[in-house]
Amino acid sequence: MNLSRMFSSRLFWPVVMLLVLFIINLVAFPGFFSLEVKNGHLFGSLVDIARNGAPTLIIAVGMTLVIATRGIDLSVGAVCAIAGAVACSIILGSPEPGSIGTVAVAVIAALLIALVLGLWNGFLVAVLGIQPIIATLILMTAGRGAAMLITEGQILTVNSPPFKVIGSGFVLGVPVSVVIAAVIFAAAALLTRRTALGLLIESVGINPEASRQAGVRSRGLLVTVYTFSAFSAAIAGLILTSNQTAADANNTGLFIELDAILAVVIGGTSLAGGRYSLLGTLVGALVIQTLVTTVYTVGIPPIATMVFKAAVVTAVCLLQSPTTNAAFGRRRRSLGRGRPGTRTAERASVS
Amino acid sequence: MSIDTSSAPVDAGRRLLGRVSSAFTSPKYGPVLVTLVLLVAVFLIGGSRYRGFVSGPVILNLFVDNAYLIVLAVGMTFVILTGGIDLSVGAVLALSTMIAASLLQSGWSASVVIPLILVLTSVLGLLVGLMIHVFKIQPFIATLAAMFLARGLCYVISKDSISITDPVFVGLAQTRISLGGRLSITASVVIALLVVLAAFLVLHYSRLGRTVYAIGGGEQSGMLMGLPVARTKVLVYVISGFCSGLAGVLFTFYTLSGYSLTAVGTELDAIAAVVIGGTLLTGGYGFVLGSVLGVLVLGTIQTIITFEGTLSSWWTRIFIGALLLVFIVLQKVLTARRR
Repeated sequence: MNLSRMFSSRLFWPVVMLLVLFIINLVAFPGFFSLEVKNGHLFGSLVDIARNGAPTLIIAVGMTLVIATRGIDLSVGAVCAIAGAVACSIILGSPEPGSIGTVAVAVIAALLIALVLGLWNGFLVAVLGIQPIIATLILMTAGRGAAMLITEGQILTVNSPPFKVIGSGFVLGVPVSVVIAAVIFAAAALLTRRTALGLLIESVGINPEASRQAGVRSRGLLVTVYTFSAFSAAIAGLILTSNQTAADANNTGLFIELDAILAVVIGGTSLAGGRYSLLGTLVGALVIQTLVTTVYTVGIPPIATMVFKAAVVTAVCLLQSPTTNAAFGRRRRSLGRGRPGTRTAERASVS
Repeated sequence: MSIDTSSAPVDAGRRLLGRVSSAFTSPKYGPVLVTLVLLVAVFLIGGSRYRGFVSGPVILNLFVDNAYLIVLAVGMTFVILTGGIDLSVGAVLALSTMIAASLLQSGWSASVVIPLILVLTSVLGLLVGLMIHVFKIQPFIATLAAMFLARGLCYVISKDSISITDPVFVGLAQTRISLGGRLSITASVVIALLVVLAAFLVLHYSRLGRTVYAIGGGEQSGMLMGLPVARTKVLVYVISGFCSGLAGVLFTFYTLSGYSLTAVGTELDAIAAVVIGGTLLTGGYGFVLGSVLGVLVLGTIQTIITFEGTLSSWWTRIFIGALLLVFIVLQKVLTARRR
C-alpha cells in the first residue's frame, strides 16, 4: 500500500490512536491480549472492552447515519432510559417475570415505543424543518421526565433470567451484547453500502434541497435515519438496563449521546455531514472504551476519564479542522504532489 | 387621504389592532410578546388555584431561586444571538462552585477566590471561542469538549460535596435586603439584575451589541461591512464563560457548597429560557429581557409544581420540553411567514 495514501486515509489517525492505547495497556498490564475460555465463555480484557463498548457502538452506528445527513441526535440517552423503563415496568407488572414470553413482549414494546420516538424526531426535523440539535433537545429534556413517569420515580429492579441474558449472557462463548452490536453494525453496513441508500443519505447531507430536486426523497430518508437512531438507542438501553438488572430513569444512558457523538467524530465522520464511515465509527467506539479501560489499568483515578475524553475530542477536532487541513495542504502542495484541498475546507469556505 | 370623521375611532381601533397583530406576528417581537402573555397566564392559573400565589414574596422568590439561571441565560443569549450554542454552561457552573468551595476550604480569602473564578471561566470561554473561530470547529462540539473538561476537572478536584463556611460567602448567602414589609431579596438578585442591565446596555447601545446582532443576521454581510466579526465571535464565548462563572458563584451563595454533579442539565434550562424568551436559534433576533422572561416562566412552572405537591418534580422536565417545542414551532411559523 502506498504510504501517502495510508496517511491520508480517514481511518489512519483513529487506528493509530487505538494502537497507542493498546500499547500503553500492554506495558501497564502484560496479560492485556490474553484470552481464555472459562466455563465455555470467553474472558479477557479485549472481551471486556468489546462488551462494555457494545451499547456505545450500537448508538454510534445510528448516530453516524444521522450525522451523515448533517443532523445530530441528542435524545438517544433519554430514549435509552425510556426503553429500559418500559421493558422493566412490563416485566415487573406481569405475573411471570421469568418467562421468555413476558420478556419478548417487554422488549418488543420498548422497541415499538422507540420507533414512535424516532418518528417524532424525524417529523420535527424533516417535516417541520427544525434544526436537528434543537429538535432532539426537546426529547432529550422531556424524555428523562417521561422515563421517570413510567418508573414512577423509582429504580425498577427486575429479577428475570431471560431478560438478564440480553446484557450479560453468552452465545457460543461470545457475550450476547457483542453479538447484537455486531449484527446491527453488519446490517447497517450492508444496507447502506451494498445498496444506494448510503449514497442517498450522503447526498441529503451535502445539500438537502439539491438532492430533493434531483429526485431523492430527502424527507423519507431523514425520518428513516432518526427512527433507526432511536431504535438502536432503545436496543442499547435494553442492554444497559439488563446489565444492571434495573431501570434507572435518571442514570441509564446518561451522557451516552456524548460518547456516541465522540465515537463518530473520532471515526472521521465530519459533523458537517455528507460523508460517513461506519468502520471509522467502530474504531472510534473501541478507542473510547479502550481509553476508559486504560485509565483503569494505568492507575489514574477513573473520575479523571472525562478530562481525557475532553483532550481526545479537542485533539481530533483540531486534526480534522479545515484550518489544520489547509495548513497541511499547503505543505503538501509545496512538496509538489498536493491535493487541491479537502472537501471540508471547500465547503467551509463556500458556506 | 380622506377619512370620514364618524368612522375615525373605528379606524384608529383597527389600526391599533393591526399594529398589535403585526407585533405578535413579527419574528422580532412576536415570541417575546407571546412569552409575556404566557407568563401572565401561568401566573393567573397559579393564582386561581392557590391562595397567596400572586403575592410579593412568591414573585421575589422567583428571582431569588433563579438568580443564577438568569445570569446563565444572559450569557447564553449573547451566544445564541450570533447563531452559536454553548453546551458547557452547566459544567462550568459546577466547576466554579467546586473551585470556590475547595479554595475557601484551604483558607483562601473570598476577595481573591471570586475574581479568580471569573478570570478562569472567562479564559475557558476564550479558549472555546478560539477553537470555534480559528479552527472552524462547530460551536456544538467545541463547547461539548469544554463541558467534558469542566465536569472532569470537577471530579479531579473532589468527588464529594464540599461545604462552604467562609464568613463572606455565608454572609452574602444569608443577608436579605429588605424592600419593606415582608418583601426582601438576596444579594444574588441584585447582582443578577445588574448583569441583565449591563447586557441590555451592551446589546442595544454599543458597537459590540450591534456586531453581535449583525453576525446572527448574516456573518458574511457583517464581515463585508467591516465589522470586527472575528473578535466578536470569540468574545461572546468569553462573555458566556464569565456569566457561567458568575452564575456558579451565585449558586454557591444559594447552596453554600460545591458539588461536582451539581447543575447537570442546567445548560438545557438556560437554552430553553433563551428560546422561550424569543431569541431565534438561528441568531439575529432576540432580547436579553426576553430571556429573563423565559427564566421567569420556567421558574413559575416550577413553583406551581411545588405548590401542587402531588405533581412530581419530573413533570417540570416534560413541561419545559413541551414549551420548548411550542416556541420553536412558533419561531418557525413566524420566520416562514416573513420570508
